[in-house]
Amino acid sequence: MAEEKKLETTLIVFSGDMDKIMTSFLIATGAAASNMEVTMFFTFWGLRALKKKNVRTGKSFMGKMMGIMEGGDISKASPSKYSMGGLGRWMFKKMMSAKGVPSLEELRKLAIELGVNFYACQMSMDVLEIPRESMIDEVKDVVGVAFMLEHSKNSFSTLYI
Amino acid sequence: MTEEIKVDLELDLKGLLCPLPMVRVSQNIKNIPVGGVIKATATDPGSLADIPSWARTTGNEVLKTEKEGKDIIFYVKRLK
Repeated sequence: MAEEKKLETTLIVFSGDMDKIMTSFLIATGAAASNMEVTMFFTFWGLRALKKKNVRTGKSFMGKMMGIMEGGDISKASPSKYSMGGLGRWMFKKMMSAKGVPSLEELRKLAIELGVNFYACQMSMDVLEIPRESMIDEVKDVVGVAFMLEHSKNSFSTLYI
Repeated sequence: MTEEIKVDLELDLKGLLCPLPMVRVSQNIKNIPVGGVIKATATDPGSLADIPSWARTTGNEVLKTEKEGKDIIFYVKRLK
């Protein structure tokens, strides 16, 4: 059986909102299960999806403040609507688990199992003062926009979420 | 027309929602030989459209789809 070239798709995950991260992982796992090569490029608020649990980020005063305000890993993401100071997150989690929808952590784990490639944006890591050590080991590499564009060029679709 | 389909693997996908039914089929189809058949039982109505789409995208075949109450039963043949 000759190995045929896989279709590739690229996802740019800019948002750190729970619902948008969830959609990103749904598309990524679905694509990987459909035998596609999936590149996920996480930038700005989307970096939250790659953070380890319970890490404090930030070096400068403002960076530390940002780390506290934007703090927390994927489980601390709030929905883009009805955030309500954390209440929305709690409600969504309850509703999702009641219906048997996997949590964000489980979706991310599934994506890893299916061979989805995670990349983090160097520039936004610098701006937000999020070091590589604060992110999960499965991040393949820390890259820039040219790397993302190269993958986008080889992809049949590129989504910005 | 009542020809029996020989099933190599049965999957219980009841209660799973998108994208899990297709993900589980894709993960398990690697465990059967080419030409083999998976019988997958799902309850997610979305899978009615999803499993056939997945099969077309990956070059496999849904031989038959049955509905029994809330259960949706797919017979998926591995073609490659």
